[in-house]
Amino acid sequence: MLITRRVEFSASHVCANPQLGEEENRRLFGDAANPHGHGHNYVVEVTLQGDPDPLSGMVLDLKELKAILNREIVDPFDHRFLNKEVPPFDRTVPTVENIAIEIWNRIFPSLSGPQARLHSVRVYETPGLYVDYFGESE
Amino acid sequence: MIRVTRRYEFSASHRLNAPGLSETENQRLYGKCNNPFGHGHNYVLDVSVRGPLDSRSGRAVDLTVLDALVRDRVIQAFDRRNLNEEIEHFSSVVPTTENLGLFIHERLKQHWGATFPGEWPQLEKVRIAETERNIFEVSESHEIIEAR
Repeated sequence: MLITRRVEFSASHVCANPQLGEEENRRLFGDAANPHGHGHNYVVEVTLQGDPDPLSGMVLDLKELKAILNREIVDPFDHRFLNKEVPPFDRTVPTVENIAIEIWNRIFPSLSGPQARLHSVRVYETPGLYVDYFGESE
Repeated sequence: MIRVTRRYEFSASHRLNAPGLSETENQRLYGKCNNPFGHGHNYVLDVSVRGPLDSRSGRAVDLTVLDALVRDRVIQAFDRRNLNEEIEHFSSVVPTTENLGLFIHERLKQHWGATFPGEWPQLEKVRIAETERNIFEVSESHEIIEAR
């Protein structure tokens, strides 16, 4: 069975690779390379795979899942400038692809138990653009 | 490997009427969708692509290139059009959203190699919503994998 929990955070970012010049970044990322940054309301859907525990009837206690997602995603990301305040985005471009991979890496250790394991992370940057990440094995 | 999904919209009219059926049969089969004057929808098209991240840009697909492909090959052809009257394919094929999804998928595949000459990104699926309650997905294997 798959269960999904959604959280949101609002953050600013600049899409620019620090190893490239301003002109090259403009060419690659367009307006998203504006050095002052811009923001999004990100929506994150975390999907777990597992079977309901016969005693509790739950795949994972949602209170516990909520606490993990708040600790690993919302607290560090919400109302932050990702490039300046949230490593590794001081050196990795905070594209929505890289944000999804970083979120996976942050929550995977807490969500790899025998009962419920992380299946996928979906991140919406806008209602018209989202990515799905299923881990390195995919 | 990551999947990136981009959403597009277009508005078009159509009429469901199978040339091989009689007027009565068409009315029975398609109901209100058979209205001879046609009717329209705000179609919502989700295009999903799949690929590894480019190390310089941190992206799996250049969205400017994908947007231009979908705009030039799909949106400009269909937006504010009457599908039956203005798209040659639908002069002989009933423009159900199943057939529209297959046609869009085929058209994107046709131009994919010239647009993205490398191995990646690949077109994974096309999802088209005729209304919020009627949604169709076409995957690479070319079958309709979901309709609800």
